[in-house]
Amino acid sequence: MRRAPLLPALVFTIIVTQIPFLLTIFYSLQSWNLVRPGSQQWVWFDNYVSVFQDSQFRGVALNTVIMTLGSVLIAVVLGLVLALLLNRHFVGRGVVRTLLVTPFLITPVAAALLWKTTLLDPTYGLVNFVLSPFGVGEEAWISDFPLASVMVALIWQWTPFMMLLLLAGLQSMPTDQIEAARMDGAGAWAIFRELTLPHLRRFIELGTVLGAIYLVNTFDAVYMITQGGPGTASANLPFYIYQRAFLGFDIGQSAAMGVVVVVMTIIVATFALRLVFRSFGAAEGSH
Amino acid sequence: MTITTERGARAASSGPADDEPRRSRRTGPVLLTTLTWILGIGFFFPVLWMVLTAFKTEGDAQSSPPTFVFSPTLEQFRTVFDAGIGPYLANSLGATVISTVLVLLLATPAAFALSLRPVEKTQDVLFFFISTKMLPVVAAIVPIYVVVNNLRLLDNIWTLIVLYTAMNLPIAVWMMRSFFLEVPVELLEAASMDGASLMRTLREVVLPIISPGIFATALICVIFSWNEFFFAVNLTSANAGTMPTFLVQFVTSQGLYFAQLSAAATLAALPVILAGWVAQNKLVQGLSFGAVK
Repeated sequence: MRRAPLLPALVFTIIVTQIPFLLTIFYSLQSWNLVRPGSQQWVWFDNYVSVFQDSQFRGVALNTVIMTLGSVLIAVVLGLVLALLLNRHFVGRGVVRTLLVTPFLITPVAAALLWKTTLLDPTYGLVNFVLSPFGVGEEAWISDFPLASVMVALIWQWTPFMMLLLLAGLQSMPTDQIEAARMDGAGAWAIFRELTLPHLRRFIELGTVLGAIYLVNTFDAVYMITQGGPGTASANLPFYIYQRAFLGFDIGQSAAMGVVVVVMTIIVATFALRLVFRSFGAAEGSH
Repeated sequence: MTITTERGARAASSGPADDEPRRSRRTGPVLLTTLTWILGIGFFFPVLWMVLTAFKTEGDAQSSPPTFVFSPTLEQFRTVFDAGIGPYLANSLGATVISTVLVLLLATPAAFALSLRPVEKTQDVLFFFISTKMLPVVAAIVPIYVVVNNLRLLDNIWTLIVLYTAMNLPIAVWMMRSFFLEVPVELLEAASMDGASLMRTLREVVLPIISPGIFATALICVIFSWNEFFFAVNLTSANAGTMPTFLVQFVTSQGLYFAQLSAAATLAALPVILAGWVAQNKLVQGLSFGAVK
């Protein structure tokens, strides 16, 4: 009886999210190309062997790690600076916070399009215009630095989230501790290092884990800004698997890649999430 | 605040000139405030630039150096509406609203069963819900495509509605649970002492307390469904396409004309920006599955 209110949500989630993964495993053991009807047959682990022999796959996996971790870490650092700046009383604080939140809200496809055209365009882009006093000419950022260009758009979108999270952390800090430290003559840097940072640690960890979970799935920015190119220079795993499945119609191969990605994600995420949610006391539940 | 005055005070003890501490005490905060404003405007500027470009002629939009002063025109918005944005807008609205309602209908009772009247294995169930968000979507897209294709449900808005509901449900369960946990137990006990039935307690005691939370959860679901692109681009085309796919299709057919695409991007992004401004306090709570209030 007590379980009744829970069941609809639980059953729905199991059906919609778990069955596809079971099917992914099933398909990953088959050779199946959609454009060749009747090509479906069992090949067991052949797909996995070719995934691991695929040097492009390894390159793309590395891109994914760089893109995810690089963007998350830079966004956390920038978000920390902004959170510290916002954690003061000043004129128009609410307005500045609203301005800062906006990049996170803009539809990722629109944001990516914006970076690709009006901002990073070599001739008409705002970025080259702003940098022109520093001797930057008509730099073609997207073709010369494809991975970095995608990351700039991601960092711009995710810094606001980190800022909000760390601001919540700063505001939950007990002020009497800081007062006491100041009375004892501790400097601003000492207070930051000895009190603020340790208090923020779990917020930083949470931001890193959540940012990584969301950013490892990045698709929109790659699709819109570089199409993974040139070659696979800026492709990440979601984009590469998409290419294999929907442009190459290779169901078996892309399913095998999907399974590899899931296994890697589970290893990292189970550990990281347990850690973070334990430290946030999500277990306070027994009411 | 504390940090800057601290720095001012330290300068006072070590500064050689007498009037220096007073000056730095005053200029320090002003400098920091100015810096904060500059950074805020800097982060916001690309969005502002998008909106400005949407009101330019193509000539003004693609000029070097960029045009800052121009006479605004609605020409680009006209082009976007002529390109048939209507059905996409309707699909986005439909998918967003219906999936959000479904999420709330499923998540609210579930969150109740995981908070005020906890079932056994509450922790495991909660962990199961977030674990579904950890699995990369891309790993599921192949079978989803095959199944949806076999069911003849490609390019059908209900496919997106079901997927968006599943996508937002874990976030909503966690968020709603954190709101339920804020309901004081004494209140519930008092209500049951007075002989109120469970349904009545829920309706008259619990609901008023958690309704701001329901609103916040709804806004978060709206933001995620409206912005979703991966499922939309892979599973829909002309019939069930949403705003993000309209943007792609618009750029592909019209070419990269800055003013036009800015107008389309502005229309696609605006509803969520407005919703997000209202819900900015709750954004973190949504994304962190209620771990941070």
